[in-house]
Amino acid sequence: MKIHEYQAKELLRKYGVPTPRGVPCFSVDEAVQAARELGGPVWVVKAQIHAGGRGKGGGVKLARSIDEVKAIASGMLGMRLVTHQTGPDGQKVRRLLIEEGADIKKEYYVGMVVDRETQRVCLMASSEGGVDIEEVAAEHPEKIHKVFIDPATGLKDAEADGIARALGIAEVSSREARTVLQELYRVFWETDASLAEINPMIVTGAGRVVALDAKMNFDDSALFRHPEIVAMRDLDEEDPAEVEASKYDLSYIQLDGDIGCLVNGAGLAMATMDIIKFHGGRPANFLDVGGGATTEKVTEAFKIMLRNPSLQAILVNIFGGIMKCDVIATALVAAAKVVSLKVPLVVRLEGTNVELGKKILADSALPIISAANMADAAAKVVAAAQGRN
Amino acid sequence: MSILINRDTKVITQGITGKTGQFHTRMSREYANGRNCYVAGVNPKKAGEDFEGIPIFASVKEAKAKTGATVSVIYVPPAGAAGAIWEGVDAGLDLVICITEGIPVRDMIEVRDRMRRQAAQTLLIGPNCPGLITPDEIKIGIMPGHIHKRGRIGVVSRSGTLTYEAVWQLSELGYGQSSAVGIGGDPVNGLKHVDVMKLFNDDPGTDAVVMIGEIGGADEETAARWVKDNMKKPVVGFIAGVTAPPGKRMGHAGAIVSGGKGTAQEKLAVMEACGIKVTRNPAEMAKLLKSVLK
Repeated sequence: MKIHEYQAKELLRKYGVPTPRGVPCFSVDEAVQAARELGGPVWVVKAQIHAGGRGKGGGVKLARSIDEVKAIASGMLGMRLVTHQTGPDGQKVRRLLIEEGADIKKEYYVGMVVDRETQRVCLMASSEGGVDIEEVAAEHPEKIHKVFIDPATGLKDAEADGIARALGIAEVSSREARTVLQELYRVFWETDASLAEINPMIVTGAGRVVALDAKMNFDDSALFRHPEIVAMRDLDEEDPAEVEASKYDLSYIQLDGDIGCLVNGAGLAMATMDIIKFHGGRPANFLDVGGGATTEKVTEAFKIMLRNPSLQAILVNIFGGIMKCDVIATALVAAAKVVSLKVPLVVRLEGTNVELGKKILADSALPIISAANMADAAAKVVAAAQGRN
Repeated sequence: MSILINRDTKVITQGITGKTGQFHTRMSREYANGRNCYVAGVNPKKAGEDFEGIPIFASVKEAKAKTGATVSVIYVPPAGAAGAIWEGVDAGLDLVICITEGIPVRDMIEVRDRMRRQAAQTLLIGPNCPGLITPDEIKIGIMPGHIHKRGRIGVVSRSGTLTYEAVWQLSELGYGQSSAVGIGGDPVNGLKHVDVMKLFNDDPGTDAVVMIGEIGGADEETAARWVKDNMKKPVVGFIAGVTAPPGKRMGHAGAIVSGGKGTAQEKLAVMEACGIKVTRNPAEMAKLLKSVLK
């Protein structure tokens, strides 16, 4: 789960990490009011969307008067902000963060993720702050310093100080840098984060260490023990189809092709998308119905796929293990009748009770194209999507 | 021959009183020698009772002491699953297999750290995995037993149903399996591809290995490099997720391309460079294996 910059900063402040003073706003009036309260002479107006790269897309602007805050806020609220992470349609800006200006002397990058190899939280830091860290990693890997944090001790003083030295942070600011790094780890660990970034972390003219921007993502599997994090979820930032799917415990991700896929199991679902592409087609979505596909779940899955205007055909690929093929076939038939399918449906069933499942499909009188295996299914659905069946 | 488990393995079910634990214990017990393999269940509140004749003990330690079991399988819900893993490790079991999906990553970091710190000898498979099977001998997990066939091909995979697909293709072409292992789709887990590969390499009952991976992490690359330097048997592979968009979690918690790392293309390229024959067509996993055995 993702949250906004202003929410991440609220969390950081709770842990004692200094950030600029700022106020989240939902309207131009609120923005003007916030700017008055903060006081000048300089404000930063920041679009709050879940994607990164906001600065380059025009989502972060400096204002030198209240009028300018007003003008920028009016332009920004409601605009579709396009960044390298949003896709070509961009993301509509519904919230702003109005902040006091900062006296930036030097910018750094600090971030934390779970490292799969060492099975520890990895602190990454670079003196190249405020830029895309992935570019730094690709072009100047020597400029990224890492610590794999021992979960039994947390980030040790010596480790934090070592990072501060490696970044070239002056002695006078190193104590504050240590606090920021250690508290960043503490908030990461205690909130079950999957990503925490301060980019840039700045040292001000007065030698203060401040989180100028912040980003946090959280482990979906741990949300059950963090109602305070769940409360920060902003459904406007998520794909409505994915939100709808999650209500039915379906794992759905929209793609830009025209062949819908309904599969049980994440690995097989990916492989099904891959084989569609291998046969020259383009998958419209990833959809894992999971282990217990009921009529209700399959019906909702069809409905969600059919909302996609690009959809030309659907491929159902089920490997019935614990889920028996006759049960899924019955659910498919019932669902297809409910949603009145207007695109060709190719079904490949295999596994437990497969003959019975195939008979149920054949007896249903629905125009289902039956496939013998994955290759056959992919060939047939690609042909169907191109109107060649 | 097989790896890790055989017809003489004695198994404890942790979470035997839940719906999932009961269902799969029943199915596993009906498979091959299962009736003799499933000897104990654990639930502190129901100690002294039994599940369809399988005695329930208060702890894994007690279950092990009373039955001589060396392996456990876990169906405990996510919030308590890491604790259940630790209980199995602490009891000194040889192997713990955790089926549970949705365990918080932090819990897994903690339990894996504890295992390393105490130099535990216990091997962990999973979490978020289908389990493992040695066909016609024993099945520990949620895979459909009947698609498997006894034979000499090893299968290792991060996925569930995609593993079944591979096994089914193999069985259709007449290639039985020595063992099939699902290592699970979570980012922080127990045995990796490379660990299972080593076991297959040492197993005289395995002639070749099908390795199935997916986007995210670098386990497949690590295994491929090990294969290049050490493997005495042919290995073929498939990686799911060539079409997966970056930054999106594809069902499994660990299946995500982040920062351009962990792509299927990158994994396939490393595997090929290490002498592993790969296919980009998931319908041809078994055919590919056949081609290297000729």
